[in-house]
Amino acid sequence: MKKIKIMMVCGFGLGSSMILKMTLDKVLKNHGISAETFCSDEATSRGEFFDMVFTSEEMSHLFQGSSKPIIVIKNFLNPDEVEEKGLETINKLTHEE
Amino acid sequence: MLLDHLKSELVQFHVRTDNWQNAVRIGGDLLVQQGICTKEYVEACIQASLKLGPYMVLSPGIALAHSRPEDGALKVGMSIITLDPPISFGNKANDPVRLLITFCGIDHDSHIGMLQELATFLMDDQNQQFLLAVTTVEELTGYLQKSKG
Repeated sequence: MKKIKIMMVCGFGLGSSMILKMTLDKVLKNHGISAETFCSDEATSRGEFFDMVFTSEEMSHLFQGSSKPIIVIKNFLNPDEVEEKGLETINKLTHEE
Repeated sequence: MLLDHLKSELVQFHVRTDNWQNAVRIGGDLLVQQGICTKEYVEACIQASLKLGPYMVLSPGIALAHSRPEDGALKVGMSIITLDPPISFGNKANDPVRLLITFCGIDHDSHIGMLQELATFLMDDQNQQFLLAVTTVEELTGYLQKSKG
């Protein structure tokens, strides 16, 4: 089992991404998954080290052409959407050697 | 508790205004009046959304406006206003906005506890519905005390 690094991205890495991190943390906890989750902003996120990204439609263009999975979330307060769109990838990356 | 961050001067219900910029000014001005941020900070919130897009509408009907601490943040705090009629912020997925939270943090993490309490409260649909319907601070305070929100 690998502890993957999951990055949330919004404009400043302080508000929306923080809410999204809380929603994702809740999903991870429910599934007993251990991962490192952190927030980043529009300007510096591309320089971070990460295994996958959760962000909004508006920010997703930052990662165009990225080889890492980019999950676009509409409702940052909805654990069901986060789980539906991201859990499979998280499980896959976590179990990768 | 969420209650600790919401004194009556920081909430306004059923606010009528004509566009999202003015909505942010109304929410931001509540913070300015309480010495939580400067007027420049409020304008920076608007500029941020103009520059970065309407991503601040983070959930159907809910917008979270803020800027960087260095743009004029003085204290950690937030205001909540409900918009009636709802206002379009230009976000396809989540417009129109009925609940606008404007917040201010002084560094990278001193506001996290406050946002955590807010997010926990808003993740419950029943709480959202209550917040949109409520008309007085006393009602909200009573509800929060009862739900320990």
